[in-house]
Order: sequence, then C-alpha cells, then structure tokens
Amino acid sequence: MYSHGSESLIKQAREIQEPELQKFYSRLVKLLQGKELGHETVDSLQRLHLILSATKYTRTLPSELRTRLLSLLSSPVEQLQVLSSAVLREMPPLSAEELNYIQENVGQLNSQTAALLLSKAGTRADLSSVCAQLLRGLDNRPSEAPAHSLMHTLPVLNTILTHSPECLTEDHITLLSKRLVDWLRYASIVQGGGASSGRFFTGPRSRQPVPIAELDGMVSGDFFTVLCVGQGFTEDQWMNVYSFSMLHHWLLTYHSVSNGNSTIETANRSQLSLSHSFSNDDRSEVDGSVVSMVSATSSSSRLLPPKERLREKAFQYCQRLIEQSDRKAQKKTDTELQKACLVEAVCILDCVCVEDASLVFRTFPFIKALFGRLSADLSFARVLLPIAQFYLNHGEMAAVDCESVWKLVFGQFPAELFSDPFLAHELLRFLRLNLEKFQLGVPQYTHFFPNLLKFLAWDSPAVVDDFVDLLPSLVTPATAVELLHTLLDLPCLSATLILQLRSTCLPISEPGGRGLLSLDAFRNPSFRGLFLFMLRGEAGSGDTIDRLSTLHDLLAEAADWPRVVQCAQTIPVLLHIYFNTVVTVADEKLLAHLILVMLERSSILLNIPTYIKEIHRVFSCHLLRMCKLHPSLVVDQSHELLEFAGIPGNVYSKEELYTHVVWVLGEYLSVSCDSRCSVSLITSCFETLEAVLFEITSSGTPPGTVCPAPRVITTLMSALAKLASRSHDLIPRVSLFLSKLRTVTRGGSVAWCSDEEDLVAIVTRGEELWSLLKAPSVAQSVLTPSPHITTPQWHRDTNVAMPLQLRALTSLTHPQ
Amino acid sequence: MVRCFLIHTVCPISALSAGECRVLYSRVFGPDETVLSEELQELNPEERRLLQKEKVAVVARQVHSAVTLSREASGRQLVEMVPGEEVLALQDADSGVVRLRAGDPFNEEMSVLWLGVHSLGFAMVCEPHENLLLAEGTLRNLSRHCLEHLHMLGPGSEVLLKSSRIDVLLSRLLPHGQLLFLNHRFAQSLEKEVAAYMAK
Repeated sequence: MYSHGSESLIKQAREIQEPELQKFYSRLVKLLQGKELGHETVDSLQRLHLILSATKYTRTLPSELRTRLLSLLSSPVEQLQVLSSAVLREMPPLSAEELNYIQENVGQLNSQTAALLLSKAGTRADLSSVCAQLLRGLDNRPSEAPAHSLMHTLPVLNTILTHSPECLTEDHITLLSKRLVDWLRYASIVQGGGASSGRFFTGPRSRQPVPIAELDGMVSGDFFTVLCVGQGFTEDQWMNVYSFSMLHHWLLTYHSVSNGNSTIETANRSQLSLSHSFSNDDRSEVDGSVVSMVSATSSSSRLLPPKERLREKAFQYCQRLIEQSDRKAQKKTDTELQKACLVEAVCILDCVCVEDASLVFRTFPFIKALFGRLSADLSFARVLLPIAQFYLNHGEMAAVDCESVWKLVFGQFPAELFSDPFLAHELLRFLRLNLEKFQLGVPQYTHFFPNLLKFLAWDSPAVVDDFVDLLPSLVTPATAVELLHTLLDLPCLSATLILQLRSTCLPISEPGGRGLLSLDAFRNPSFRGLFLFMLRGEAGSGDTIDRLSTLHDLLAEAADWPRVVQCAQTIPVLLHIYFNTVVTVADEKLLAHLILVMLERSSILLNIPTYIKEIHRVFSCHLLRMCKLHPSLVVDQSHELLEFAGIPGNVYSKEELYTHVVWVLGEYLSVSCDSRCSVSLITSCFETLEAVLFEITSSGTPPGTVCPAPRVITTLMSALAKLASRSHDLIPRVSLFLSKLRTVTRGGSVAWCSDEEDLVAIVTRGEELWSLLKAPSVAQSVLTPSPHITTPQWHRDTNVAMPLQLRALTSLTHPQ
Repeated sequence: MVRCFLIHTVCPISALSAGECRVLYSRVFGPDETVLSEELQELNPEERRLLQKEKVAVVARQVHSAVTLSREASGRQLVEMVPGEEVLALQDADSGVVRLRAGDPFNEEMSVLWLGVHSLGFAMVCEPHENLLLAEGTLRNLSRHCLEHLHMLGPGSEVLLKSSRIDVLLSRLLPHGQLLFLNHRFAQSLEKEVAAYMAK
C-alpha cells in the first residue's frame, strides 16, 4: 500500500533542483549513446518519467536528449519504445522536424509511436495524417511484416473516430467497411498457431488443420466470432476481435439514419453496385468461405454497397453471438463475456434497425426470444436493459406489446436490485436518455416512482445527480402529494431497505446484534403493514399511512446509520427541485393541499439531527413562494394556518416555519388579495396571534427556559400591525401592547430576551410600528400597499412612467 | 473508448493528510480534448498539460469521495491485506460508478467505473455509450494484474518506479483505450506476452 517511501519519492521528484536535474540529463544522454542499453539505462529512463510526470508543471528537456528519445521509438526492444513514448508524452508537442523524423525513421507506425502522435496532435490535420499513414499501411502491407503489426490499427482509428470523425474520407470509409466485412464474416475457421489435432502419431505431414471450437467445447459449425476458441489464433481471427470491439462505435459514427427517399436511392445504388460487385475485392467469393447457418439470405448481399454490406454482416454476427450465448461456457470469465456480448449484440442490432427500419421485422423474433429466455433470471438484468431500449425504439413499429418489459424494468429491477450500483447507474441513465419517449409513449412510468426512489434511498451520493435530472418529470398532478410524502420519508425507506437485507442475511435471533430493536419490529407481524407500505413499488395505494409516527419511533435507532444519514442529506436539495417543479404544474387546489401537507409533516419527520431543521427551512422558503404566486391561498387555508400559528409551542420547536406562517398571514390576509377575506376573519387571526405574542412575552416564563427567537417576536408584531391597518378597530389594541412593551423593557432585562442588542431591535421595531399606527391611513398604505404599487411597471404605465414625469417636471421648471 | 485510466490513493493513509489524494499512475488516451474544441484555443501547450493533469486530479478526488461514502454507508471493516492475497483483495473490493456531467471536468458526460482495493483506487473513465459490463470486467482484470505485477499490496514503490509495466499491460488489454471482447484463450495469449515482459 502507499507508504512513506513512495510519498518521499514523489516529493523528491517534484522538488529536484535544476543543477541536479541537468546532471541527470547529461548522464542519461551518455548512457543512451552507448551501444548496449542495459538495466541502468532503463532505470534512468524510468526515473526520468517519474520526474516529469510527478509535477503538473512542464519541464524542458535538452534537445539532444529529445533526439535520442525519438530514436528509441523505433528500437527493437519494446521496453525502450514504451519508455520513450511515455516520456515524450509528458513533453510539449513535437516540432515539425521531429514529426518529419518520425515519418522517415519509424517506418511502419508502431503502437507506441501512434500513441505519441495521437496524444500530441495539435489540430485535426495532425489526426488526419496519422489516419492516412495507418490506412496506407493497411492497404498495401508487405507480406513479411510481423503478425502483430496490424493489431493497433483499429484501436487507433477508434480514437480518431471519437475525437474527429471527419478525418476519414469517403474512400477511407469504403476501404475500412470492406476490410471490416472481411474480418468479421470471413475470418479463418481453423485454429491458428500450428495447432495439431493432437493425435498420437502426428508428423509434420499429417498435421491437419483443426477447426475452431465453441465455448462449451463443441466444434464450431459456423463463422468465427469472439466467442470461439482455439489453441492459437491466426491474424485475421485477431482482427475479428478488434473489429467487433469497435463495430458499435463505427456504426454509430458513420451510419446515420437514412431519410425518406430510400427507394430511389437504393435503385440507383444497386445499379452502381452491380458494377461494384465485379470489382469487389473481399473474400466472399473465395472458395471455402462459410455459408452461414444464421442467415440464408446472404447471397443477395453481395450486390449491396460497402456500407450496407457491413450492416448486413453486423446483423449476422450479432445473431450468431446471441445463439452462442445460450451455450454453457466452461470458464466463468467466458460466462461474463457472453453477457457482455449479448449487451453489445443487442445494441448493435438496435443501431442497424434504427438505420434500416426493414430489419426490425427480421430482428424482433430474436429479441423477443431472448427476452423470454432471460427475463426470469435477475442475474441478466443488465442485459435486459438494452433489450428494453430496443423495445422502446422499435416496439411500436412492430406492434409488439411492451407491458411485460416495463413491468420488469420499473417494477422488478428496482425492488430487487437496488443495491447493485452498476444496474442503478444504467437503469437511471436509460430513463434519463429516453425521458421524452417515456413521457409520450409510456406515461405510466411515473407511477413507479416509489420503486425508482429505492435507488436513491440506498445509495444517495452515487445517484442524486441522476435524480436531479429525473425528479421534475416525476412530479405530476396525480403523483404530487404522494411524492412529497415519499420524499420526506426517504430516510425511513433507506432504513427499511437495510432491515430488509439484514433480515434475509441474519439468523432469527442474534445476541447483541446491532439494530436489534428495529429488526424485531421489521419481523413483527403487527407492524408488517407499515414496512410494506414503505416498500411498495407503485404509487396509488394512498398518500401516506396513519401510523407514520409509530414507524418513526420504531426506526428511531436508524437515525445514526450512515446510509440513512447520507440519504437525509440529499433530501433538501431534491425538495427544492420538487417545489420548483410543482408550482408549474399544480393548480391552486393542489397547492392548498400541499400547504396542509407541509404544516402536518413539519412535526412528523424521522428524528435525524439537523434533518428536521433543514426540511423546515425548505418548507418556509416554498410556503413563501407559493403564497406570493397565489395570495388567495392564505385566505383559503386560513383555518389551518391559524391553527398552526395559534400553538405557542411551535414558536420554539418550529421557529423558522412559524415565522414564515405568521408573515404570510400578516401579508396576504387582506381583501385586496382575496375578496372572501372578511372583517371577522381578520379579527380572529389578530386575536390568535395576539394571544401567542402575549404568552411568549409574559413575565411569567420561569427563568432558564429557552427564549423565543427575536425574529418571531418582530414578525408577530409586524403581522399584528398589518392586520390592524386593515381593520382600524384593532389599532388601539396593538398600540396598547406596543407601549406596554416599551415600558416593560425600560426596566432593564426581560425573561424572554437574553441579548441586549436583540431587545433594542425589538423595541425599535415596536416604536416604529406604534408611530406608524398613529396615522391609520398612512399605516394602511405602508403596511397593506395595493398591488399596483408593489408590482411597479414604471416603464409600461404611461401615467406613472418616470421618464415622462421627469420630462414634465423639467419642462415646467426650466424657463423656455 | 476509455478516455483515462488511473490509480490513486483512497481512504486515510498515514503518509498523507486527511482528504488528500495522490495520483500514482494516470494514462489519458488519445489527443487532448481541448485541442479540438472551439473554446480554449488560446491555451499554450504548458497550460494544456496543466489542464489535463487537473482534470485527472478531479476524477481522482471524485472517486476518492465516492469510495469513502460507499465504505461509510456499508460499514464494512477494512481488512489488512498482504502480497499473495490479490485475488481475495479483489473479491472484497468495493466497486461503483460515478457520473461526471458534461463540462465537469470533461467536455462530454462520462461514466467513471471504480474499484477500491483497501487504500488503492483504480478508476476508468468511459464514454457513456460504452459497454459498461465489458468495462467492469476489464477494470477488474487490469487491477488484478497491476496488484500482482507491481506488488501493490506491499509497501514498495514499484507503481512509481516501474510504470512502464502498466503501460505494456494497457497496450495489450486496453490498447489506445479500446475495450476488447477477449475470451479466455485470447486473454491467456495476451497475458503470456505481458508476463514475459514483466519477467525481464
């Protein structure tokens, strides 16, 4: 493991001084001048690499050293190639002379040199020249070149495809399409490496070619694929592997979806391709090439132009892979490879079907059969996701019923595989990328939000980013209320999932085991319903449960489990997203319901430190926003808001939320916001708030109890003043209280406020309000301004526009 | 293709301060992505290299925190491993995926697969359309070879002083960042070449 020795090595490499470094360089140059390059040279080169790569600041090498290193790129010793390429990659880009040197001296581009050229490419032109050089080597290869020299060609091309697909010209694409067809479909079907048939009496003459085998040991009866084995491999079999490895990317890059005028195009193309076929230099006419069992219609494909031909061969290759994946492999790593091949095959089939819709009818039977074969086995879940993508893309065209697919993907996978980080990532990505398609074609996916949230409950840090993108689409008028409850109880879900896993792993009785109480509760039949509700997969069976606080008590010890705490930390952010979305889709009735939920749930939350405070803060912020957008909500929900505001205990336990409730009552309980606001409503609200204010500022509070926050007091006072300004009979009552306040506080400290500065602020506010209320009409316009004042449109309103006013004043005051 | 493969430290180590993360090996495949994008054309080569090193450091830090959070959540105790127990160490390893949004730090969205083997993290930055099942298998294979050939479970510094071995390993199993569909025979053949190189 990483030790102090390693740390000091890195520090040394970073802090090496210039003189010592120059000495090192000259010693290295001397070593490289020698005839034999031994261990000392290799070690020094390695140290040089460490010195260069350990720091993020670039060092410069003397030019002679650079030249020596360049010459090592063509060394027959691989280690020297590797080291020189690695060192040069840490350097600034190669100069034109150095590039020329490489062109002339390195001959056929070896892998390390290609890596260097790619990494130092400064422009697309540089990439194009690497590309052209490689393809030249591909086209006219001398027969004496060593077997492995072609291997890196396709990976390098794949890199160029990723960054700059335009580097390949039409001719290049045609050439490569033909070669890919050769390697994929017509690779040798005998074992390479001079494998003998293993019989006892074998001499050089009786060495017969041995056919390739399948993964289960049977002799292969069809063309070569990545799932075929042999004692050794021929070069074209290696190229088969490299070709398939980049096939998907190739098809994605160069085979875009063809548009509508296909019939004329294909007619023209088939005319062209007739002449093409006579000059077709691929291997399909070579004697002994396998006629595939997979596709009997391959005879006509010879007439297709190269791109379409490649598509057809890719199709056949994938079909064969799907068939081969059904065999029972002898080695475990091969079983894993079969799964990966299935994923790739389905993705490629999806890609070619998107390009050529006529292939859908040929493909769907295979995909359907594959789905049938794999859907019962959860260990193939990650293979079923690309199949689901296929159904999503082409199911409608093929008029196939996809219900069972969605039930599996949204109903079963999250419920049973929530703890698999790779499945979570891929499923959520699948949902993210196809969100529009789902919203149009499978809108019922939103009903599965309880299942989807299980991923979040289990591993919040890893998937919260995905949910930031997905949550808005899950917020619909139908799901909004239940979703809010579910989000608030996500830490409970987290705990429940942990208990679910534990109860299957642990024995029934475990002495002194952690989490014993909650685990007992989980297994207790009388609480079964609570936990089952948490674990539900679909929405619609009720917004929440009655005995929620019971559940919270049972899970009390889970409040410090790390997974639960991590989950709780992500909820505030998601709630913000929820509320931001819900105000855009909900009508006033729904928003009113949500306010009730907020008030109700503010006291029913799992007791995790800081969680409750954070949730209250989010509630406060959004209560404010909602009431600002729809002021009549306050009058609508005045009964519940007053009920909340009338409980003195809320001042202490829910200070933030209480403050905001009082504020919205003061601000929006007026006739100008909602015509249903009656004098009696204002009076009853006034009385409720007055009672609370009296109680919390009474001198009767025993010393040592916690003081109410100053902000609550000032907010209450302001609210009372605002209400009084709308119903002038109430003004004397407020004024009386405010003057009493001044008297009481003149006597020094008070029991309900410990800080002197805060007291001064409260008293000052009281005095301001008191003097304001002395002139009721002024108070009314200040404390209850009419809407046209609070939403100024100075630039739009011709009567009030500032520029006009100023111009008028100017013309009046300035003599003409 | 795989854009980047790196090995770095995870979890508190006595040699480093808390939260600090040391990149022990990094290999970025292909050209610098800033070179071919429209913005950032005015950067000089030193600045580009600096930017690339910073991007790698960002990935390492993201994986570092992902590993830490994952281990905290699972509550598993880390067992001390000694050289010779590489296969066991890999079986016990934590693994996961981190999603990197476009621009943070690479131009496009990336998926980073990671393995946490005691105090070492192995990370592979893949483009999202890649076959992640294949990538996972490749990452495990690469990690096993690195642990074995560089004796990374021991206190030595071979990962720093013999980085060419990792280069050769990558050139066979992940050439230029290309994930390969290798059945056990192909893999054996490549691993034989790698072993022959390591023996020198």
